[in-house]
Amino acid sequence: MFDIAIIGGGVTGCAIARWLSKYELKTILIEKHEDVASETSKANSAIIHAGYDAPEGTLRSKMNVKGNPMFDQAQKELCFEFKRVGSFVVGFNDDDMKVLHKEKAQADKFKIPAEVITDIKRIKTMEPNISDKVIGVFYAPTAGIVWPFGLTIALAENAHNNGVKFLFSSPVTDIQRNEHGFIIQAGKNQVETQVIINAAGVFADEIANMAGAAEFTIAPRKGEYILMDRNVVPINHILFPTPTPISKGILVCPTVEGHTFIGPNAQDIDNKEDLSTSSAGLNEIIVGGRKLLPSIPIRLAITNFAGIRAISNKNGEFVIGQSKVDGFINAAGICSPGLSSCLAVAEYITETVKQYTSLRLEEKANWNPIRLPQKRLSEMNEDELSNAIKKRPQWGRVICRCETVTEAEIVDAIHRPIGAHSMDMIKKRLRPGMGRCQGGFCTPKILKILSREMDLPVTKIMKNDTGSPMVIGRLKQLESLPWKGDRP
Amino acid sequence: MKLLETDIAVIGGGPAGLAAALTAYNKGAKVTIIERDFELGGILQQCIHNGFGLTYFKEELTGPEYAEKFIAMVKQTNIEVLLDSMVIDLSSDKTITSMNPQKGLMKIKAKAVILAMGCRERTRGAINVPGTRPAGIYNAGTAQRLVNMEGYMPGKRIVILGSGDIGLIMARRMTLEGVKILCVAEILPYCSGLVRNFVQCLQDYDIPLYLSHTITEIRGTKRVEEVVISEVDERWMPIKGTEKIFKCDTVLFSVGLIPENEISLKAGVELDKTNGPMVNEYLETSVPGIFACGNVLQVHDLVDWVTMEAERAGENAYNYCTNQDRKGKLLKSIQTIPGENVGYIVPQRIQYLKDPKTVQFSFRPKIPDKECIIEFVSKGKIFDKRKAKHIIPSEMIIHKIAIKPEDMGENITINIRKNPKSIKEES
Repeated sequence: MFDIAIIGGGVTGCAIARWLSKYELKTILIEKHEDVASETSKANSAIIHAGYDAPEGTLRSKMNVKGNPMFDQAQKELCFEFKRVGSFVVGFNDDDMKVLHKEKAQADKFKIPAEVITDIKRIKTMEPNISDKVIGVFYAPTAGIVWPFGLTIALAENAHNNGVKFLFSSPVTDIQRNEHGFIIQAGKNQVETQVIINAAGVFADEIANMAGAAEFTIAPRKGEYILMDRNVVPINHILFPTPTPISKGILVCPTVEGHTFIGPNAQDIDNKEDLSTSSAGLNEIIVGGRKLLPSIPIRLAITNFAGIRAISNKNGEFVIGQSKVDGFINAAGICSPGLSSCLAVAEYITETVKQYTSLRLEEKANWNPIRLPQKRLSEMNEDELSNAIKKRPQWGRVICRCETVTEAEIVDAIHRPIGAHSMDMIKKRLRPGMGRCQGGFCTPKILKILSREMDLPVTKIMKNDTGSPMVIGRLKQLESLPWKGDRP
Repeated sequence: MKLLETDIAVIGGGPAGLAAALTAYNKGAKVTIIERDFELGGILQQCIHNGFGLTYFKEELTGPEYAEKFIAMVKQTNIEVLLDSMVIDLSSDKTITSMNPQKGLMKIKAKAVILAMGCRERTRGAINVPGTRPAGIYNAGTAQRLVNMEGYMPGKRIVILGSGDIGLIMARRMTLEGVKILCVAEILPYCSGLVRNFVQCLQDYDIPLYLSHTITEIRGTKRVEEVVISEVDERWMPIKGTEKIFKCDTVLFSVGLIPENEISLKAGVELDKTNGPMVNEYLETSVPGIFACGNVLQVHDLVDWVTMEAERAGENAYNYCTNQDRKGKLLKSIQTIPGENVGYIVPQRIQYLKDPKTVQFSFRPKIPDKECIIEFVSKGKIFDKRKAKHIIPSEMIIHKIAIKPEDMGENITINIRKNPKSIKEES
């Protein structure tokens, strides 16, 4: 019997899990997929917005304004990649400039640092590759970029280390009430809990329905992206076009790793699992991206992908807080600026638990806010690396040449809390396969390392969820056994 | 940290690195090969089909056999071979930072460096193929490694995009393993691999090749389930209504190779638009004493040409570090310019020219043609020309051309034109 079950291991669910791990509670996080950050949290713009643009008075605005400054302390405690690079909203004509000044007024109201820059020379110094047609920008220096998998994994690991249980590959199919609270059917498991926190992303309406708390629906809105290779179009800031009433538009954005991406477009779709990209969509974002940054060399694209925003039918507003069912709390409808808001939402939900449930939130004496990240080659100097290889030769073997990832790092990622056991889990933690060769060289090696460390045949290694094997068998006469070697 | 010194450091122990190292060693240099894999031979080790060596050895060899001939020769020498060793940095003063599990982090100070890192495959992402991203999407070369070296089957029913040589070879290889190759789709109106591979790998096995077709959607959530291919117009835009759907579990991409020059960039080596380094007639890059050969310089059609190019690089690097240099002879820099129907040219410049000399040019046409004349033009005059009966982009053209200082302007343009019957051939 748990006190709290969080349904959904996206960034919102994991942030809530981490916040609740401060208290003497029995908490479990239930996730449909094999890993955290497997849906919306894995494919989004990875921006921590400054907070000026959501309509005043909405929860989206409040959570963003509150959530943005929370990232500094969280980064110190959890060690994820986050940089306050600042954002530009780019104006090309007088109408745009009117919007930019409006945004400046709103930023002032929220006491968010911001300025409108019309000195073209200064703009060009700050952002040399920006379109020559620019006449002014709205600059918000507190906007940042984050590694969304890294953030979600850091939150999850810290929650785990502070006692939160994680149940993976367990889609919730049914919720029943009993005298204590709820019985959740999650995959093959039954989870009994007093309180449910619904952080199920695009499926949050279906989860609410199961608990008899149908108050909203979620419509999926797809956004497509193209990721460019590192250093091909260096940019310093997040570049937004001047927004229209319905969208922030197609942006050009640096990643914490020095790549550049363009996107997203916005397409309302029917299928909540439709992560396909389309020629028309990709063309749309290329055209959009080139308005801001005309020199984007599309032939140096690394990959394209799509993510899905969870848009509530409450005017796109977050649906967070107590539902009409006792003990059932929503953290739903988390569309943009959801990533920016995740820490504030976690705090808000923690308050909701205090106010609306009979659970007593007693602080743990031994709660540890610090999550130590895994040791990375990129952070070592030459002496440290030399010593590391002497102690453990696997530090001397580079497995992924594009992102320079060693065998030691891959083995460590497999054996950490919430350890990686699929290709995508390794990729989300260390980035092999995300670089310019897209796994062309490292895939066979990582398959063998996973096979050895998991003691599973290579044929049982998945790309991500069950049913996604990387290879389907061995050549005729060969046996399918775990790979046992020291030279992958 | 270990500090090593050598005359010539060769980065990459594939066919280019092996031949360059042997040549430099045989001239008298101290040579070190740095290879990231566990054995020498490079990608040849996974190319278990035959067809290698017809030009260089005058016999037909498999990839591993071709490699083994050079590996055996290297074993007879004192060439230092560092295996399982990744180069993580290269500076313009020719210091290499490398590491391996046994020796740890190493600095290798060389008088000359030969870049021989080969190439990588262009990916699905680089050509922006739409659809989902399930398991079962591989580059043809990765699939080749999985099958031929690791013994794993990537899938049972496969669609291949791109008629590059690796794709064609893999179509045959997988068929022999009992896999159904449903089709090969090629966006160009002609096969982009060698003619012999088209005949021996597709025609002989009745595998359909759809020219002017591309994949317009990949479907499937966990594993590939379906692939949609469509015909394209002259601008490579898919034509509505021409869609064909194939039920399959795997897609292989064989859509071109890209010279892998991330290490070169760290030393400040200037790259051409092909992603290969800009070199002079000595195969020397923009950084003095750093040479390039093989697929890191330009993607070759035959390994035999790689070997011969690498031998030149090995000799030139030896001459560089023994000061049998071109010092004092640098008269002018002549740029080579790809003209009509020429995609690129190696070398990109000729830097040393005092007396008449012979320069080897390699280049590829942009589109196939027949009965052509290749013109070498400078100062607005054709100073040499060669006949070409058939040209296709998949086959590299190599010509040794005599260059006279008095004929040379600022640049040399190479054009490939249709042979007008009215023009009489000069000798």
